[in-house]
Amino acid sequence: MEVFKQLIEHIELTLVSLCIAILLGVAIGILIAVNKRSTKTVLTLVNTIQTIPSLALLGFLLPFLGIGVVPAIMALFLYALLPIVRNTYTGISEVDASVKESAIAMGMTRSQILFKVELPLALPYVMAGIRTASVINVGVATLSAFIAAGGLGKFILQGIQLNNTNMILAGAIPASLLALFFDAILGKIQSSSTKVIRWFSIILLGGTFIYLLISGVQNFNKSTIEKDLIGGFPSEFVYREDGLKGLFKAYDFEIKYVEMEIGLMYQALANGEVDVVSGFSTDGRIKAYNLRTLEDNRNYFPPYEAAPVARQLIIKKYPEIKESLARLEDRITNDEMTEMNFKVDERKMQPEEVALDFLLAKGILSTEREAPVKRSGIIKIGSKAFTENYILAHLFKFVIEAHTNLKVELKLGFGGTKLLMDAMKNDEIDLYPEYTGTALLLLLETNTQERESIMSNPEKVYGFVKRESLKQFEFEWLSTLGFNNTFAILMRSEQAAKLNLQNVEDLAKYSLQ
Amino acid sequence: MINFQNIEKSFGEQLVLKSINLEIKKGELMVLLGASGSGKTTMLRMINGLENPDFGSIQIANKRLENRPLLELRKEIGYVIQKVGLFPHYSVYDNVATILRLKNEKEQVVKEKVEKWLDKIGLRVSVYGRKFPAELSGGEAQRIGLARALVAKPKIILLDEPFSALDPISRLKIRNEFREIQKEEKLTAVMVTHDVLEAVSMADRICLLAHGEIQQVGTPQEIIYKPKNQSVKEFVKGDQFQAALASVSLREIIPFLKADALENQDLDSSVLDYLQEADSTYHAIVLNAFYKWKEELL
Repeated sequence: MEVFKQLIEHIELTLVSLCIAILLGVAIGILIAVNKRSTKTVLTLVNTIQTIPSLALLGFLLPFLGIGVVPAIMALFLYALLPIVRNTYTGISEVDASVKESAIAMGMTRSQILFKVELPLALPYVMAGIRTASVINVGVATLSAFIAAGGLGKFILQGIQLNNTNMILAGAIPASLLALFFDAILGKIQSSSTKVIRWFSIILLGGTFIYLLISGVQNFNKSTIEKDLIGGFPSEFVYREDGLKGLFKAYDFEIKYVEMEIGLMYQALANGEVDVVSGFSTDGRIKAYNLRTLEDNRNYFPPYEAAPVARQLIIKKYPEIKESLARLEDRITNDEMTEMNFKVDERKMQPEEVALDFLLAKGILSTEREAPVKRSGIIKIGSKAFTENYILAHLFKFVIEAHTNLKVELKLGFGGTKLLMDAMKNDEIDLYPEYTGTALLLLLETNTQERESIMSNPEKVYGFVKRESLKQFEFEWLSTLGFNNTFAILMRSEQAAKLNLQNVEDLAKYSLQ
Repeated sequence: MINFQNIEKSFGEQLVLKSINLEIKKGELMVLLGASGSGKTTMLRMINGLENPDFGSIQIANKRLENRPLLELRKEIGYVIQKVGLFPHYSVYDNVATILRLKNEKEQVVKEKVEKWLDKIGLRVSVYGRKFPAELSGGEAQRIGLARALVAKPKIILLDEPFSALDPISRLKIRNEFREIQKEEKLTAVMVTHDVLEAVSMADRICLLAHGEIQQVGTPQEIIYKPKNQSVKEFVKGDQFQAALASVSLREIIPFLKADALENQDLDSSVLDYLQEADSTYHAIVLNAFYKWKEELL
């Protein structure tokens, strides 16, 4: 069963990282308790690690350790370190001075004092630290799914991306039960005798060591054999109908792949952790990371042509909107859009500035100052919460204000298509940038057959979407902007050149079977 | 047995002991007496190497301390402190047995000795052996502390304010018991206290310290009746010391009292007779103390 497999993976991640943290954490705790000069530095350091957000920590580790189980264990280990180090230190420091003095005066050696007196007395503290660490680890381990390390987080991640509550629960419930289970077991052990704790520690640490040994050998074997291309895809892409499964079907091949968080995916590709990822055609990172888009030569992905969509009523009221925005028709190429995204994402320029620069460069707007016009009428433009949409909204604003007497208000950053749709229906916004593919697959009610028949033809899709939007929502699609921000299969440029890969079909050479 | 030679010690800027010379004889109970900060505890802790002198040397049985293996030496010196310092995670039995086990004694021998010593300090193994330190009263804990210090048959025992945290009744009892054991075992004992009453009632000799210097070494009577300098006199005059003086005087007086005086309870004349003979400079104090004692007695 899938849940069982993920649960086992989750336990593996938690236990292995916990054991390493126990070994090192207790050692460090003893060290700083004995050598007081290092105490403050070390505690500050482990405290600082604890404050790094989990996802950021995984990001930091990516360049050094890549993706998969190793960086996940490393991150979990780092999180588990603080409670164990601090509690060990506290436990030893709290040993009564008179007890320590008695031990010394009795003629005990330093190590006898440590093992016969200090550590046994610190044990309840250490166990409490381990308990805290284990609960933290079970929680943080759910994030390991972001870097393809598996575990219960895989369900949670998929659930969030596919908006599937049951799937989120399938990950979240076992994870919290696991945390409670660890807490209970360790609590039980904490309150039992020293002998039980000793055996528990030996079994736990010994078991982990053997596990690491075995899995280390396995990994070694694996890494020497495989030379396949490895894909890295966000969960949403892996599971949606028009995503990875369909792609494999359409092109009749299958490559090895891991699921990962979209934000980490580009970095993983750039670092050579994965070789093939799915992104979007106009993403600024394509330029930033020097990636190449493999041509979708079988036209598997539906077109995602961008166009302004407006409420029909507002167009009737202000027909000049349509006329002014027509100046943008087919004026933006994929490369130009990518460039603009790149400027905002990587060069940290403002979307407004980038939009204005573009319009001036293309001669759509002139630098000549026109006499201020008296504005009459307001139009409200909305956008979704990502870079390209921000830029497009600003483009619309500049063009409309330059060629009409309307005043434009921007309402940017809607969290999702559905929220935007609601805002449009409630007259909160009048116009926003949309993509034909999104409307076809998510917004409009269509039947599968009809959809399939037009999907590979951008013009037909546009025609269909325009007609149906008007009919179903009374929204009017204005002229398309020219670029197509569809799914893109991306590789590092140099690797694609080296392997002579031009289109998606070429990947079939690396098919698993 | 223990010889301090020209010891000097400072903590940082502060000089805590200067030119200390003291010989502690075999089998005697030497009390290091002084106010807090007088350096008495530092002196004691030098004997088992918990502190090291900056200058000078300490000899035990004519061997310099620095020439002895420290850990072995510590196993031969009993150590009792005010806070006892029993191991909270060990049972009473294991606490007492620890030092024997450190010395690799056979478990059979360990058992015999632990039982013997627990018995000797009046706590039976069958009742107390399995208890943990947290379950003991202050007096019981300090008895265990004594048993632990004595179980390995040390030649020397060091005591740092051992009884000062106890209630008055157990304090008196345990003091006397310890004194008996000490005499019986011919232990050389060094005890630190600020309690003058305790010092004069237990010591063979007292070493009075003030400001890191030895002011006077002598029997309790010498300290009381023949103070060597102003500093000792000051100490003698203190309230605390008067009480001690009373106690000592009565001990001294009683053997001289006429037997029939005790029977007839005609103590007054008998005491006056004694005081004339004793030629004490402290008549008034002794007399005052005597009357107080008499009141309690009657």
